[in-house]
Amino acid sequence: MSKTPQNATTRISTFVLLIIFLTLALSLTALILATTFFGQDNKIIAGYLLLIGFIGVALSTYVLFQIRKRVLRLRIELPPIVTTIECRKCGFKIVREFQRGDYIFKKGELCQKCNENMLITAIYREVKEKEKTAP
Amino acid sequence: MAIVSALQNQLIQLQLFEEYSWIFNLLFYVIFVVFIFYGQRIQMYVMLREVEGSLYKLKYIKDEGRKIAIETIKEIGKPQTDPTGRVDRFLEYFTIAPQSLDPAGVVWKLEHILDVRDVRFKDEVKLMAPAADETQAYNLENTLEAAMALNYIYKIIRHFYLLGKKTLSLYIIMQIQMILPLIMREAEAYASALKAFAYGQPIGDGAGALVAAKLMYGYETRKMPKDCVVATVPIEGRTAFVIKAEGPGGNVGKIGDAVKAIIDENEGKIAAIIMIDAAMKLEGEEVGEVAEGVGAAIGGPGVDQFKIEESILKYRIPINAVIVREDIGDAVSPMRKEIFDSADKAIDRIKQVILERTKEGDKVIIAGVGNSIGIGQ
Ligand SMILES: [Zn+2]
Repeated sequence: MSKTPQNATTRISTFVLLIIFLTLALSLTALILATTFFGQDNKIIAGYLLLIGFIGVALSTYVLFQIRKRVLRLRIELPPIVTTIECRKCGFKIVREFQRGDYIFKKGELCQKCNENMLITAIYREVKEKEKTAP
Repeated sequence: MAIVSALQNQLIQLQLFEEYSWIFNLLFYVIFVVFIFYGQRIQMYVMLREVEGSLYKLKYIKDEGRKIAIETIKEIGKPQTDPTGRVDRFLEYFTIAPQSLDPAGVVWKLEHILDVRDVRFKDEVKLMAPAADETQAYNLENTLEAAMALNYIYKIIRHFYLLGKKTLSLYIIMQIQMILPLIMREAEAYASALKAFAYGQPIGDGAGALVAAKLMYGYETRKMPKDCVVATVPIEGRTAFVIKAEGPGGNVGKIGDAVKAIIDENEGKIAAIIMIDAAMKLEGEEVGEVAEGVGAAIGGPGVDQFKIEESILKYRIPINAVIVREDIGDAVSPMRKEIFDSADKAIDRIKQVILERTKEGDKVIIAGVGNSIGIGQ
C-alpha cells in the first residue's frame, strides 16, 4: 500500500507545495515590511503591503488544506470489523477482530468455561456517522 | 463589478498612483474583455482539471483493487505460475447483452448468456487458483468481478476525459463532470467491496440472506437448484420453506429457480411468499430501516424476478416484500451494525405478516435474497 501512491498524484503535490510555501514566505515578508513602513509613517504603502500579505497568506493556507484533504481522502480506509463468538450453552461471549475464514453460524473454538463448541453469531463493522439531520 | 469600480475610484484618488492610474484602468478593461471572450474556456479548463483529479484517484483505486486481487489469488490459490497476466486478461472480459428488438423470450436468452458467463468465470478462477476450495473460489470470483467493475469505471472516465481534452467541447466535459460525484461514490463502494470479498466478510447486500440464515439455523437444510438451500421451519403454527443462497461463499444463487421448485413440489398450495432483500435508501432515510410492501423484491439482471412472477401467476399466490434500507456504499461494503441489527426487526415483521395474511397449517415461502458471502446456514 505504500508503493503505489508514488505516482503522479504525489509528484504534482510536491511541485505545488513548493509554490505554496514560496507564496507563504513572500506574503509573510510583505507583512513584516508593512510593519516597518508603518513605523516610517508611510501609511499607504504599508496598507497595500498588509492587504497583499493577508491575501497571500489566506490563499496559500487554503490551497494547502485543500491538498491535505485530497491526500487524506485518497486512502481507502477500512473500519475495524468485529466477530462475536457465543457459547449457546452458558452464554459466554468473545468479541474479537475478524479473521479470514470467519462466517456467521460457523462452529468453531471450544468454550473456555464448559468445553462446548462455540458459534459465530455476528460479524459487522461499526461506523460512527456524523449526524446530519434534515427537516 | 461595483466593488471593483469602487476600488478603482479609490485608487485614482490616491496621490501616489495618480500618474499611473491609466495602467489600472487599462488592466481593468483587459481583464473584463478577457473574461467576456474566454470565460467559458477558463471554466472548461477548471472542469477538466477536476475530472483529471478524480481520474488519478480512480486509477489509484483500480490499481489497488487489481493488486489485492492478485495477492489474494497468490495467497489462497497457490498457483504454480504468476497469475498477473491471466488476471489482466480477465479484467478486460466483457459480456454482450442479448438483442431485445423482438423482446419475446429475451429473459431466457439473457439467462443463458449469464450462465455461460458464470461457468466461464468459475473455470477461469479454477485455473488461476487451483488450491482454493469451493467457498474461496466463490469469494475470489466476486473479488475479480469487483476489480473488473473498477477497471471499467476507470476506462469510461478516462475515455470522456481524453475525448473532452481532444475536442475541447464543453458539453462532453460537462456531462462527465456533472455525474462525477456519483461515479466516485460508486467506485469507492466497489473498492471496499473488493476488500470484503477478498477476506470473505459479509456485506450489506446480504441482509436478506442473514434473515433467512437466522430463521433456518438449527434446522435441516437441503440443496436446491442452483446454489440455493432450503429448510422447512415451523413458524407460528405454519410451515415455512426458508430459502437462501448457499453460504458462506460469495454467491447470490438462483432464488427464482428455487422458489419455482418449491411451488411445484407443493403443487401450488402456498398461502404466501415473503421476500426479504436489501433495497436502495434515499438520502435522509435511516440505514437499516425495515419497510414492507408487495411484489418480488429481488435485484440483479431481472431473470429471477421474472421467473418468480411467472410461477406465482400460475397459482395466484400473493407475494409480500420486506426490505432493509441501505445505500449503495453500505450494500457492497462490510455489513454495518445497523443492518445486522435490523435482521431481528425484519424477522418480527415477517412473523407479523405471516400471522395477519395466513391461517394456521398453511405453507409459506420465505426467500432471503442477497449475497451470502460470510453467512453460513
Ligand atoms: Zn460455554
